[in-house]
Parts: sequence; C-alpha cells; structure tokens
Amino acid sequence: MNSRFARILVPLLVGIAFLALWEGLVRASGVKPFVLPAPTVIAESLVQNFASLMASLWVTFRVTLAAFLLAVVGGVGLAIVFSQNRLIETALFPYAVALQVTPVISIAPLIIIWVGYDRVEIAVLILAWIVAFFPILSNTTLGLRSADHNLRDLFRLYGANRRQVLTELQLPAALPYILAGMKISGGLALIGAVVAEFVAGSGAATGLAWRIVEAGNRLDIPRMFAALFLLSTLGICIFFALTFLERRLLRHWHESAMRREI
Amino acid sequence: MTEPVALIELAGIGKTYANGTVALGGVDAAIREGGLVSLVGPSGCGKSTLLRIVAGLIAPDRGAISWPASGARPSDIGFVFQDATLMPWARVTENVYLPLKLQGIAQDKAMPRVRDALARVGLAEFSDAFPRELSGGMKMRVSIARALVTEPPLLLMDEPFAALDEFTREKLDDDLLGLWLAHRFTTVFVTHSIYESVYLSERVLVMGARPGRILADIAIDAPFPRGRTFRESQAYVETCAKVSAALREGAAI
Repeated sequence: MNSRFARILVPLLVGIAFLALWEGLVRASGVKPFVLPAPTVIAESLVQNFASLMASLWVTFRVTLAAFLLAVVGGVGLAIVFSQNRLIETALFPYAVALQVTPVISIAPLIIIWVGYDRVEIAVLILAWIVAFFPILSNTTLGLRSADHNLRDLFRLYGANRRQVLTELQLPAALPYILAGMKISGGLALIGAVVAEFVAGSGAATGLAWRIVEAGNRLDIPRMFAALFLLSTLGICIFFALTFLERRLLRHWHESAMRREI
Repeated sequence: MTEPVALIELAGIGKTYANGTVALGGVDAAIREGGLVSLVGPSGCGKSTLLRIVAGLIAPDRGAISWPASGARPSDIGFVFQDATLMPWARVTENVYLPLKLQGIAQDKAMPRVRDALARVGLAEFSDAFPRELSGGMKMRVSIARALVTEPPLLLMDEPFAALDEFTREKLDDDLLGLWLAHRFTTVFVTHSIYESVYLSERVLVMGARPGRILADIAIDAPFPRGRTFRESQAYVETCAKVSAALREGAAI
C-alpha cells in the first residue's frame, strides 16, 4: 500500500461503507426519518435548504474566522507584552487562566445580556474569542521563552536591543509553538461560536448552530443532520487549512514539518 | 625582542555560583595580542565560565579583567559554542549575516563580507542551504564564518569541535590554524582534549577543578604552520605528556 494514496483512499472507503450500512439499516428497519434519517434523505434536505443553510454557514464561518484572527492577534500580542515585562505577566496571567477555565457556556448568558440581544453576533464573537484566545497566549508565551540560550548570549554579545532579540530570535523560535496553538484555537473558535449561538437561541442568531436548534424544535431531523454535516465540514476545513499553513511555514527547518526520507 | 603587549589581563578572577560552587578561585593570566591560547582541563574546572567572563557575558565576583593593548574590551568579539548554535529557520547566508545585521549594517553592504567569510571556511556553494541540510562539521564552519564575519580582534571558542568525529575535528583544527595565521586574531580556545590543545596553540593553560584554577602554563614552541610532521613528532608527544602530567597532578591534590 502506497502511503499518500492510502491515507486518502482508506478513510474514504470506510466513510462510504459506513454510509451504505446506515442507508441499508434505515431502509430495512423502517426507522422514522424524525428519529434517524437515511443519508440520502439528509442529502435531499441539504439540497432543498441549500440557500438558507449556506447563509447560516457563512454567518458561522465569518464569526469563527473573526474570533480566531482576533485571538491570534490578542494572544500573540499579550504574550509579547508578557515576555517584555515579567511584572505584567505575573499580574495578568492568573486572570487569563481564570477566563480560560470558566466554562464558556456559563458566561455566555451574561455576555449576551451585556452586549444586547440586538447585537448577538458581537456576543458570539466575544465568546468564541474567549475560548480561542488562551491556547495561543500560553503557547506563544512558552515559545518566546524557548529560544536557544547560546543564541541569546550571541545576541547579547553583538549588542542586540530588545526589539532585535524579539523579532530576530524569539518570534521565529516561537513560530512552531504559535502554529500549534493556532491549530487548537481554530477548532475552539468554532466550538465557542456554536455554544454561544445555542445559548443566544430564540432566532436572534442566524448561524448553523441556530439552524440545528430550530430544526430540532420542528423535528426536522434531516435538516438538523444537514446543518451538522456542514458544521463538521467547516471544522475539518479549518484544521486542514491550519495544518497546511504550518507545513508551509516550517518545512525548511522544523522537525514536525519535515518529510523523512528513510 | 620586546615583550608583546597583553590583550587580556586576568587578575585574581573568582566566581562562585548561587549554589555555593566555586567555579573559579582566583585566576591570573595574561594573553598576548594575536596569540593562540588553549584552556584545557576536566569538565567542571571553570574553563567555560572563564571564557564567558572574558566575553563579558557574566561578571566575575572577585578580581579584575583589563585590556592593556586596546584599553577596553573589544566591541567585536567572535564566539563559537560547542554546538554550532545556528538559527534553524535561517539560511546559511542569513546566519552569517546576523552579527552585521545586529550592528545595523544593511544587507547589500554586508553581503560581500558574508560571502567572503563563507569562502574562507570553504562553504561558498552552501550559502542558500538551511542548517539542517548540513553535516555537523559544515554547521561548525558556518558558526566560525559567523564569528569571523565582523573581523573581530578576539575569537573565543568554547569546545567548538568536541561533538565532531576525529577526522572532521583534525580538519577543522587545521582550518582554524590557517585562518589564524592569515588574520592573527587573538584566540582563546577551550577544549578538554590534550592533543587538540597541544596541536593548536602557542600556549596551553592547564586548569584544575574545585576550585577552578590554573595549574600550569606550558609554551609550545613548534613553528607554524603545523601539520602531519608536528602531529607525529617527538616534541608533540612529549608536550602532550607534559600537559597530561600537569592535569594528573591537579587531580591528585
């Protein structure tokens, strides 16, 4: 079995076999579609509701992407501030941890009330950002500290200033850590957006999570599955996009991104 | 013949680490301008600490370091670590350009010097490679090119070839001697290899541990350039034996 071909083909075959089995069992047993719809029924619903589902996908995607990008900027930015000033780090890091360990679902109602029901999308953005922010902060903080000590000495020897140490040494050394944090945060941003929409509920939000709630209320289970399918696809795309970015940026030098010949 | 002026003068240099270990217990030494001196000793004798004090990377607790020939510590010091210590994300050229970049010299102005430094260590064709594509010996050459690109009056080397195989090490020893003969930068070379110290230097300072101190100061009179003839000569064998005896004496105390 050839590696690259097999890596795509084998999971694909498993997926097709699973769908076929699902279809066959649903048809043979006569389970009602509002309990478990067959894959073909789900596909049909996807086609029928294509416009509204796509509009919702766009909403969810937009919020997730915005939250993710703000988390990257905020996380890397705050980590840089931390690396420049130990006092600020000591003062603020515990609160960053507190924000992280508080389950987002428990603060979602509060944030939504504060922001207002007429601007739910902003509340969703804030909640998704809270969830996505911490992995980037902690990974970048670790990465900025992980630069080779001898290289640091070398920079000192040549009279490098703080900015040079940061841009020429610490940030490049932290890049693999930042990218690893981004991979975690990409998924978390989506989770945060979905959770926030669930809590917001009641038609104020228009993303895919709301489509799921709505379809559930109407017992339109095929449509619920269709929305779920799009949500998973979005998550997978985010993951692969970030993996691709990681490979591109690190392929020349970092062990994690190198192809081994032997 | 007039006595050459010392570039580095160490007077009673002492260093005690926070855990109470006395790394250096009063080291006196003078190193002449343009000289090539080895510090040889067992691990833990403070030879790396001494090198870092000379570089100004750490401050001594006791004693003073002065610079009779130049008046002050040279602003340009080349430093070569045991590992090549290259930036893995940067190409060979960018690694060698680093010291000049940190000094604010524009890339187009610095490039001829970078190319020249790489040519001197025989790596002209590898300027676009990434460090991981190079062998251990080649990485060390890049590290030496980086140390020499500013044409420093002083080169400090901290067991630079210790991690390399014997053949590569001998080759690099010869290359280093060639560079030193051509440019005469003052060189302080830390090693734990007796053979390497004798082969390379004009003078070997033998160090002992606990506390770190200088046990013997052995001059090696063999003319440069040295080569196979010196490596196989009686004088070489005898000097190695002398350094070895000094080390044993230090260990016995």
